[in-house]
Amino acid sequence: MTLALDKPRSPRRPAARRSNFELASWLFMRISGLALIVLVLGHLFIMNILDGGVHRINFAFVAGRWSSPFWQFWDLSMLWLAEIHGGNGLRTVINDYARKDSTRFWLKMMLYVSMVLILALGSYVIFTFDPDIPAN
Amino acid sequence: MTTAATTENPASGARGDQPPVPEGAVTVTVKILRFNPETDSEPRWESFGVPALPTDRVLNLLHYVKWYIDGTLTFRRSCAHGICGSDAMQINGVNRLACKVLVKDLLAKGDKPTTITVAPIKGLPVNKDLLVDMEPFMEAFRAVKPFLITYGNEPTRERIQSAADRERFDDTTKCILCACCTTSCPVFWNEGSYFGPAAIVNAHRFIFDSRDEGAQERLDILNDAEGVWRCRTTFNCTDACPRGIQVTKAIQEVKRALLFRR
Repeated sequence: MTLALDKPRSPRRPAARRSNFELASWLFMRISGLALIVLVLGHLFIMNILDGGVHRINFAFVAGRWSSPFWQFWDLSMLWLAEIHGGNGLRTVINDYARKDSTRFWLKMMLYVSMVLILALGSYVIFTFDPDIPAN
Repeated sequence: MTTAATTENPASGARGDQPPVPEGAVTVTVKILRFNPETDSEPRWESFGVPALPTDRVLNLLHYVKWYIDGTLTFRRSCAHGICGSDAMQINGVNRLACKVLVKDLLAKGDKPTTITVAPIKGLPVNKDLLVDMEPFMEAFRAVKPFLITYGNEPTRERIQSAADRERFDDTTKCILCACCTTSCPVFWNEGSYFGPAAIVNAHRFIFDSRDEGAQERLDILNDAEGVWRCRTTFNCTDACPRGIQVTKAIQEVKRALLFRR
């Protein structure tokens, strides 16, 4: 008499890949989150509360701010940290909720493409901003 | 036994006529999510009126249903005293051991009728009624190497450990592998192969054991994409554990060990 078993062997999971990627991304979320609290709250305070808030924002105001490397650096780090922080968060959400491998793959591709586009466009504007364009 | 279940020839597990209702018993509705793979395509709810004493356990109610109402009800239980970890199920929506939940804690306020819902633990394939296939759970358990790993010559005497070293992993030695924690974890419900809290708890038990030398192997395994970094610290596992293990804390300790190793 032979043993009739559905699963004669236990399923195997792939061997550990010895990659620290998930560790790094977990750590990045914590550190960038802390940095973003300062960067974003500071940004919101300057833009919306200080000195008349949104009503004084115009081309000249932005041009004035971006003439200083400090604010250029502030906005650039905010752009990169927020985009990668949010993108990585969405990556984990997709990993958790996508049911099919193909759905997961295409959602992630869309996410990565949008991240690259936004980072490239944002960095391009900050680095090549020309305050001498006549404001309308 | 070749004939179908009748009153003369009851289904396996049935014990004949209903016993007299004890004094002080109230009738509660036990609503069970049932599934018979031979006839059902979807699980269905079925309700039973069961006389219950406040001091009864939910397991007693299930026994009553199986022994005196419907002998086809299928569930696991072994010791019935919260040690073997066989009867994990979703009771009123939370994962508990049926042998550790008392009816008096589930009774409706005032004189309102009481309904107790019982469903199989979530995220594992249901074989029948409350009986689930534990293999995915056990596979994750085996994958973290839950046994003593040592290298070099074996000592001639027993492996000595100080009380403080033993205390380090005391909490995670309490696990009874009931799967309450793992099947309460939203990440485990997903179609992935996340190890789940129970496997990490059992890895923790050896990673922090001063006599064990396999910590690096286990940390490598848990450092993977399906390892501890998928934990979202929802604390469902800590809330579900019938042994009171601080499961989320154990997972965080493994994360910290990974962060600061070497």
